[in-house]
Amino acid sequence: MPEDARTALMSGLSSDGKPVDRPLSPHLQVYRPQITTVLSIMHRFSGIWLGVGTLFLTWWLVALASGPAPFATVQAFFASIFGKILLFLWTAALMFHFCNGMRHLAWDSGLGFEKPTYHASGWTVIAAATALTVLIFVIGLVAG
Amino acid sequence: MASFSLPTNSRIGEGRTHKAAPGTKRIKTFRIYRWNPDDGANPRFDTYEVDLDSCGPMVLDALIKIKNEVDPTLTFRRSCREGICGSCAMNIDGTNTLACLKPIADLKGPARITPLPHMPVVKDLVPNLDQAYAQYRSIEPWLKTETLPPPDGEQRQSIAERAALDGMWECILCFCCTTACPSYWWNGDRYLGPAVLLAAYRWLADSRDEATGERLDSLEDPFRLYRCHTIMNCTETCPKGLNPARAIGRIKQMIAERAG
Repeated sequence: MPEDARTALMSGLSSDGKPVDRPLSPHLQVYRPQITTVLSIMHRFSGIWLGVGTLFLTWWLVALASGPAPFATVQAFFASIFGKILLFLWTAALMFHFCNGMRHLAWDSGLGFEKPTYHASGWTVIAAATALTVLIFVIGLVAG
Repeated sequence: MASFSLPTNSRIGEGRTHKAAPGTKRIKTFRIYRWNPDDGANPRFDTYEVDLDSCGPMVLDALIKIKNEVDPTLTFRRSCREGICGSCAMNIDGTNTLACLKPIADLKGPARITPLPHMPVVKDLVPNLDQAYAQYRSIEPWLKTETLPPPDGEQRQSIAERAALDGMWECILCFCCTTACPSYWWNGDRYLGPAVLLAAYRWLADSRDEATGERLDSLEDPFRLYRCHTIMNCTETCPKGLNPARAIGRIKQMIAERAG
């Protein structure tokens, strides 16, 4: 139940005038996931995940400044399977956040609000982010 | 803080099943949200089998048929049955729309019908809309002028000035868009929501209105306007094909341009 100005509206009366607590109608539980909501929440999650990634990037830079031994430890961590999975997820998050961020820039400039346009731009973001992620990761793996 | 799960008194149980008469050829199953303020129980889904051979084409026709022939306790709002009053707004199979404009043929499998999302339930499919109406009142949805109109005539608009209001005056305030917006679910106490912001832009875009600055002042607020994160559920769901997201984008632009 929302604990704010709306709380008062959660109280009603029964037919014989007794106070009753009204239920809150279902929301996330019933609302159909659509490209609108799914991309929006992915933008937020990818942003949070990139925030975590920045901490690891800092760790990498601090290790680099601290000398060969600490740097080797970090390099070994990112060369492991677990490290590679993390790098892949950060690459994917960065590419998605970047592409969808372009979409947000367009909206902020007043463009792309039509239904067919934002459907098309949404699917384009998914395709572009996937392609860029794969491309970057392949290049990364080949270049070692 | 947003709560993503339903409060315990709002969790939905399984209710009764009303079978169609034996021998019915074309059956459509509806699972309908029920809550009665008089029985002290949690909400439930009642299941109704409707004979499509004796039912009109729209979801509202099915609801009226159920109420008339099967279960007179089923409660919902309806009036015009042609998409102009906005009364029968509800969530049908996961998206908000007007029951009178939603063809039964569009629904695959059993159709689930719930009230407009994240609202206090008065009874069954009837939500309490007091908050949304109060927010609508707060944007002062009427023409505000300093200049007096000519004593012998009307305040005129050019064809282009009048056309600038198209796509906004058509809003019927059914609040399908507002209650489709996750941002409104979590912050509806202070965020105005798409329907009210579309109405706000309708007056900002009116060539005759002279309160633009004052209107923008009142909207320029982290919550009232800027809880819009361009999710687009509003435009996606509007049963009248309007574009609240674009109107909100225009308001943000007006504020940015005003700041220089």
